[in-house]
Amino acid sequence: MAEPTTVHPAGMDYVPHAAGFVANEGPKLLTSRFPYEDSYTLDRALATGAYVGLKSALGRAPDDVHAEVREATLLGRGGAGFPAGVKWGFCPEGVWPRYLVVNGDESEPGTYKDRLLMERDPHQLIEGCLIACYALGLSQCFLYVRGEMALAQERLATALNDAYAAGYVGRNICDTDFSVDITLHWGAGAYIVGEETALIESLEGNRGMPRLKPPYFPAAIGLYGKPTIVNNVETLANLPWILEHGAAAYKGYGSEASPGTRLFAISGHVVRPGVYEVEQGVTTFRNLFYGDNFCRGIRDGNDLKAFIPGGASAPWFFEEQLDLPIEARDVGAAGSMLGSGAMVVMDHTTDIVKACLRVVRFFARESCGKCSPCREGTSWEEKILERILDGHGRPADLDLLLDIGENISPGPYPVAAHGSEGLDAVPFPPRQTTICPLGPSSVAPITSALRRFRSEFEARITRRDSLSVQAAPVAEGAPA
Amino acid sequence: MTYFTEANARTAAEVIANYPRPRSAIIPLLHLAQEQEGWVTRDAMVEIAELTGATPAEILGTGSFYEMFKFHPVGRYVVNVCTNISCQLLGGEELLHHVEESLGVHAGGTTDDGMFTVEDVECVAACTEAPCFTVNYRYFHRADPDTFDAVVDDLRSGRSPLARGAQGDDGHVPAHGTLGRLRQHVPDDRRAGVVPPEEAGEAPVWLRPAPATAGDSDG
Repeated sequence: MAEPTTVHPAGMDYVPHAAGFVANEGPKLLTSRFPYEDSYTLDRALATGAYVGLKSALGRAPDDVHAEVREATLLGRGGAGFPAGVKWGFCPEGVWPRYLVVNGDESEPGTYKDRLLMERDPHQLIEGCLIACYALGLSQCFLYVRGEMALAQERLATALNDAYAAGYVGRNICDTDFSVDITLHWGAGAYIVGEETALIESLEGNRGMPRLKPPYFPAAIGLYGKPTIVNNVETLANLPWILEHGAAAYKGYGSEASPGTRLFAISGHVVRPGVYEVEQGVTTFRNLFYGDNFCRGIRDGNDLKAFIPGGASAPWFFEEQLDLPIEARDVGAAGSMLGSGAMVVMDHTTDIVKACLRVVRFFARESCGKCSPCREGTSWEEKILERILDGHGRPADLDLLLDIGENISPGPYPVAAHGSEGLDAVPFPPRQTTICPLGPSSVAPITSALRRFRSEFEARITRRDSLSVQAAPVAEGAPA
Repeated sequence: MTYFTEANARTAAEVIANYPRPRSAIIPLLHLAQEQEGWVTRDAMVEIAELTGATPAEILGTGSFYEMFKFHPVGRYVVNVCTNISCQLLGGEELLHHVEESLGVHAGGTTDDGMFTVEDVECVAACTEAPCFTVNYRYFHRADPDTFDAVVDDLRSGRSPLARGAQGDDGHVPAHGTLGRLRQHVPDDRRAGVVPPEEAGEAPVWLRPAPATAGDSDG
């Protein structure tokens, strides 16, 4: 493996106290406070417009607030990209109480944005939670934060204590009859808990295993069997801006189908990796990876080999997909997803078999074990890739890997078009024989890498001479 | 027999009061037990069961699902090295190898002096700052073997290594088990009050006919 050679992004636009965030040019709807070193304090938040969106919401009827969010076409930022305003509408009429569960269990490999939002601007998230609770009549909010994020927990605890004392959370918020508690809840380390029904199970004190569907949305039957809205941290963090400036202004950013901005974490072999706030739909992967305002190219002038456009669960893209717009619909049609806003760039020095194994191993380790195809399949995949990497692969292993994938996700698996081979894209999402998408996600690196780089896997299998014991060559003329 | 100290028993009661059902406090109370002793003991599970209306087996059943809970003693400092894809691409596995070599333990092991436990972990959400490791869940970004050695030196000498972290975290690194160095406290006079699911009466007051009026809203 090559020595790490990325350039440390020192300079004016690198914000040392918000490590990873790059304050580049472009609209900043979510990260406007990040450049302030004390951005997480109530004083700084109030001095820079915090809780203005909440007060605007409280001056309107709850239904109006819901309508404004629906009008803004705020797409969920957790991975699935479902419109929040529509999801909110799935609460059955007349069933009370209703709850809000905030999904802060950010764990998708490659994803780094919710942690920053919680550490750098906890009041923005709290304000977003309050707006959602007011609009939908939610009686209590549970802020489920990934256990490993100690600083985020501390910043949110402090922010909540301050906000309670200042009258922004709790009883009679801003001297109105709107009252709601926000309860900070620590997770304890489990990727699967990011799945919303598993999140609810965990919050009820159980093992974090996804629930059988239907019902598809916890808005119908959720926490304690009651209507429950589950929203991602970044989704809720958009609400203060939308309520302060209005849906029309929000739609002035991004594209018609995907308004506003998103945080993208771009990691791997780029010159300036970082977390960027990006207008959706109006730029391309090429601009994000090579543009001067973003990642400034592949390290050492190397060639691009592959990239993951939306977290470890996303099928991989290649050179041919660089000019796609950063738009959920287009990326889905091209065979992958923007997912949780996580792009991982691999240059030509990358050992594809090793990278593939590492992503598969993640799913094998994180499978909750509820569904057999996933529990058994992911560990088979891991075991087979391990033996290929160790030089003990068998000729039938590559087809066996695809066959296991077929058992977890039947039918054509989503893949990118492969120009030189004349192969078309299979659109996202994959089908599944499992309750949740974790198992099917493990197939993504396998089909992506095998379709494109099959020869690299075959080379590992056939190049066995270094491991086998061979007789020394017999010298010519030697006695028999 | 009581497991929790007097102070922690008060904290436990406060935590339970935050939830409509006590079982929801199981995970927070497992964290509290771990904060008290560095790991989750059998006595702790028995007491958490009593406090939440579950059985000790159910507490173990829940707790064993989650990686952060340790059911055996671990080091004062738990070092988590990320080897997932973004870190792997920039040397995460080599960093883990250095950590294992320099401390003389494999991932999963604890040094003889009880100072360090090493773990090979999944993505910790610092992908643009790869490779990275955490010590008791405090982040160290863009780390190399020298960074790690310096952090170990600091901890062995009783200094805080957090200035070497790259995210504005400061203060000291608490012993394993203490996750947040401070907690949420809801003053009784500010508490809206939990709404148990059984009390499914009517819509909350602000949804009823007369809309809420904001005190000083100009929007």
